Amino acid sequence: MTYDNENLKVVGTRPVRPDGADKVTGRANFGADFSMPQQLIGKVLRSPHPHARIVSIDTSKAEALPGVKAVMVGEDMIAMAHEMSQSGESAIDVHDLSLNVLARGKVLYDGHAVAAVAATSAVIADDALDLIDVTYDVLPHVSDVDEAMKPDAPVLHEDMFTAGMDEKPATASNIASRMEMALGDVEEGFKKADIVIERSYKTKAVHQGYIEPHAVVANFAEDGTATVWCSSQGHFAIRDLCAKLLGMDSSAIRVTPAEIGGGFGGKTTVYLEPLAIALSKKAGRPVKMTMTRAEVFRATGPTPATSLDVKIGVTNDGQIVAAEADFRFNAGAFKGSPVGAACMSAFTPYTLENVKVVGYDVVTNACKSGAYRAPGAPNGAFAVESALDELAHMLNMDPLDFRHQNGAEAGTKAVYGATFREIGCKDVLVAAKNHPHYKSNLGPNQGRGVASGFWFNIGGQSNAAVNVHEDGTVTVVEGNPDIGGTRAAMAMMAAEVLGIPFEKVQVVVADTASIGHTDVTGGSRVTFATGMAVTQAAEDVVRQLKERAAATMELDPEEVVWQDGVAHPTKGEAKPLSLADIAGDAARTGGIIVGRSSINAKGAGPSFATHICDVEVDPETGRIEILRYTAVQDVGKAIHPSYVEGQMQGGAVQGIGWALNEEYVYNEDGILENPGFLDYRMPVASDLPMIDTVLVEVANPSHPFGVRGVGEAPLVPPLAAVVNAIQDATGIRMTELPVSPVKMLEALEANQKQAAE
Amino acid sequence: MRFEVADTLEGAASLLAGEQGVAHVLAGGTDLLVQLRAGMVKPDLVVDIKHIEATRTISESDGAYTIGAAVAGAEMGEHRTLASDWPGVTEGAELIGSTQVQGRASMGGNLCNASPAADSVPALIAAGATCTVVGPGGTRDVAVADIPTGPGSNSLGQGEFVATINLPKKAANSSDAYLRMIPRTEMDIAIVGAAANVTLGDDGTIMAAKIVLGAVAPTAIEVPEAGAALVGTKADDDALAAVAAACEAAAKPISDKRGSADYRKKVSGVLAKRAAKIAFDRASGNA
Repeated sequence: MTYDNENLKVVGTRPVRPDGADKVTGRANFGADFSMPQQLIGKVLRSPHPHARIVSIDTSKAEALPGVKAVMVGEDMIAMAHEMSQSGESAIDVHDLSLNVLARGKVLYDGHAVAAVAATSAVIADDALDLIDVTYDVLPHVSDVDEAMKPDAPVLHEDMFTAGMDEKPATASNIASRMEMALGDVEEGFKKADIVIERSYKTKAVHQGYIEPHAVVANFAEDGTATVWCSSQGHFAIRDLCAKLLGMDSSAIRVTPAEIGGGFGGKTTVYLEPLAIALSKKAGRPVKMTMTRAEVFRATGPTPATSLDVKIGVTNDGQIVAAEADFRFNAGAFKGSPVGAACMSAFTPYTLENVKVVGYDVVTNACKSGAYRAPGAPNGAFAVESALDELAHMLNMDPLDFRHQNGAEAGTKAVYGATFREIGCKDVLVAAKNHPHYKSNLGPNQGRGVASGFWFNIGGQSNAAVNVHEDGTVTVVEGNPDIGGTRAAMAMMAAEVLGIPFEKVQVVVADTASIGHTDVTGGSRVTFATGMAVTQAAEDVVRQLKERAAATMELDPEEVVWQDGVAHPTKGEAKPLSLADIAGDAARTGGIIVGRSSINAKGAGPSFATHICDVEVDPETGRIEILRYTAVQDVGKAIHPSYVEGQMQGGAVQGIGWALNEEYVYNEDGILENPGFLDYRMPVASDLPMIDTVLVEVANPSHPFGVRGVGEAPLVPPLAAVVNAIQDATGIRMTELPVSPVKMLEALEANQKQAAE
Repeated sequence: MRFEVADTLEGAASLLAGEQGVAHVLAGGTDLLVQLRAGMVKPDLVVDIKHIEATRTISESDGAYTIGAAVAGAEMGEHRTLASDWPGVTEGAELIGSTQVQGRASMGGNLCNASPAADSVPALIAAGATCTVVGPGGTRDVAVADIPTGPGSNSLGQGEFVATINLPKKAANSSDAYLRMIPRTEMDIAIVGAAANVTLGDDGTIMAAKIVLGAVAPTAIEVPEAGAALVGTKADDDALAAVAAACEAAAKPISDKRGSADYRKKVSGVLAKRAAKIAFDRASGNA
């Protein structure tokens, strides 16, 4: 059933989140907070080379060191065939995953794991790493995506032949796959254009920068089962991937989720977990492993560096008649960049008759890229929204009007095949245009930019149980780690359905043995899909409450209505019964009441966002300050508006970092030069103004409360919004991110020189 | 690794002097603890000097200040008169790291860690500050400028450490300023730093000026030509342009992941002229 917006009592309010007090007082247990008696400390030896053949590994000295209880190398892992395993928003090849967890034959990037040890202390474990002798035969390396595509580039995988070609290529290359999608006929479309521009852009690899490094404790028992405690975006995915890599049954591994200190897509796969289980099995004791920040940067999954070409044709009256793009994504050491999502999303805020997008997934000697919030979409949007901004200038049109004229709406067919139902793309553009920010004045050296973005959002498998207690309180049990305030959202939806106060509902994120499989916290799916499961489980409770009440009232269930937490008879003289009344009497009327739901949620409504950014550029130092920022987004229905706003603000901030200062710096030797927060410059609070938000609510008809995912769309527009603002302030179009002060000053001086000539 | 807490200057000196291996001094610890965790230093002995009263006190006598080597930047900012007498020195110390770091980070550590980019050093040199070095042979006063000798190295001998930093009595009609370039607003290391100290004559014209740059050479450097360009002026545009040109010429930076040499040269001129203007305005009572 769907719930009428007018009569909502809990949904749409802003109660204090249930996990808040624990998190701000330091009581919450994150990944590294768990410990076991007798636990060993595990550490990983990592490659100092970007590309090398492993000639030999001698672990004998490490094994002989007193206190060392287990040492493992790649050969201790099971050889896996290529097989795609669903994990989160993307599929993972378990063959590649196994090699990424522990290298065999070759190391493919600076930081690639080559051996692991478990010892009685961290100091002994570190000493043991120093005692492992690895002989490398160093090979030529390639870090840049365009370089890696050249025929003479060093090849990472001798068995990689580009997929998606009409004919299988004769030789191996670093191009894992080519994809193409199209609508209409772009050749014909460009013939109708009055203006055609072709531009190229580049972005660097950027890390999610979650504050909590990866951490795990694993305990392999004599009966062949393993218990794992770790923080992740999905403990079921951790369980299943570990089971695959280690040849274990899923039922033999029980993963208990810790609180998670940020993931943003980066914690949907395994790094340490299989090693910790394997080391624990070898040593016969629990093993704890924690990454350092440098390890997080060197060996987890940032989003790819990209090289992007865009060609767009418009008529003089502002109609886009053809659009084409060629996206090359640097997947890192193994295939699987989100280039497909970039192809599918980049032009999707617009109704286009003729569009063609080609994408290449390319491997290089860099750490394997991973999912990062709207994976692929920010890159594609950066290119497209930069080019559109330029076109709006050339057409002398307001950039929001230009976007609105071409904007997607119900009935628009996207390049990836979907035809939209109710969407808020144009509503968002109108709200942006009407915002006081957009009408405010700017000073010298200041500029304003806008950009739009789209994200699909997903549904997927979710489970929920609602346990009703004798005193009328309720516990919701679900399987998604709470990253963005989802305990609060789940409790609110359950309270709304049950008609009881929010405070009467507790939410538990259960381990893999205690609730059915639930897909990862990712794809902006949890409030939508798990929220739908919780709503249905609560409705299941209401159905049972009505049955019990009806029996007591000696009526049929249809003769009882549920309103504000009370069963009211529609006829006769029976006394209304509250949830607490019925729960207290449950033992007599048939036993404790449990509601359940297990679904594969369909109909995730897409989200559209438009951001407005004001910058000031220091003409003498190239330093860029964000003066004002407003994020406008179609959020479907905001269950807890504060956390929706938080998602939008967080996404905007990450995008600003991506635009201005964040980048993986691989030097000429293929070594990552900045594996720490000092020189990997994420924005700090004092860098930013308050990020304003505007929630546009265009209900998703597929969700009982109208929810659309909101977590990812806000990272799609900021890159271009910042760069478009820089253009407005300086007249200079920056095409390579990040726009560091050094790069900005170079451009300002080149511009001055050109003007002088 | 042995950890010792010293409660007197002499005690600290004798602990340090007695160590045959690698000894490090702990004041605020905001550099040392990070280096320890990263495995960059492996000391045999760490001597904590921040429990010695002299290292934790700011005292003033006849206009001159003695600042303990372990006094945190935040404490300098909160001092009743230090921040108004020496705004440039204070703002340099208060720029280190972040608000949290400034609760610990000290000028003694910033100086002895000898980073070319140390934020508190250029303004101290511009102020003509000295420091009191305590060692097994007693105490000696050394110009702040003579402590760092290159990135990560200093002129202190075996068993020696900086106990206090000493600011002379401020000249009449003088003031100072410090600016640095970082891409963010905090939690960063200066790509360029520039300090200015100016003294005005009775007619409001600059009669003495010092400009000191950070992060553009192995140590902070004074640029006498830049100071000279200000003398006899009221920090007008021509004088400031001359300051910038002198600094660009004097800067001998390297290129690294934080910034190119070319960028550092240009921005050293920009920051120097801006710092000079701020110092001039402060000295004139217009700030």
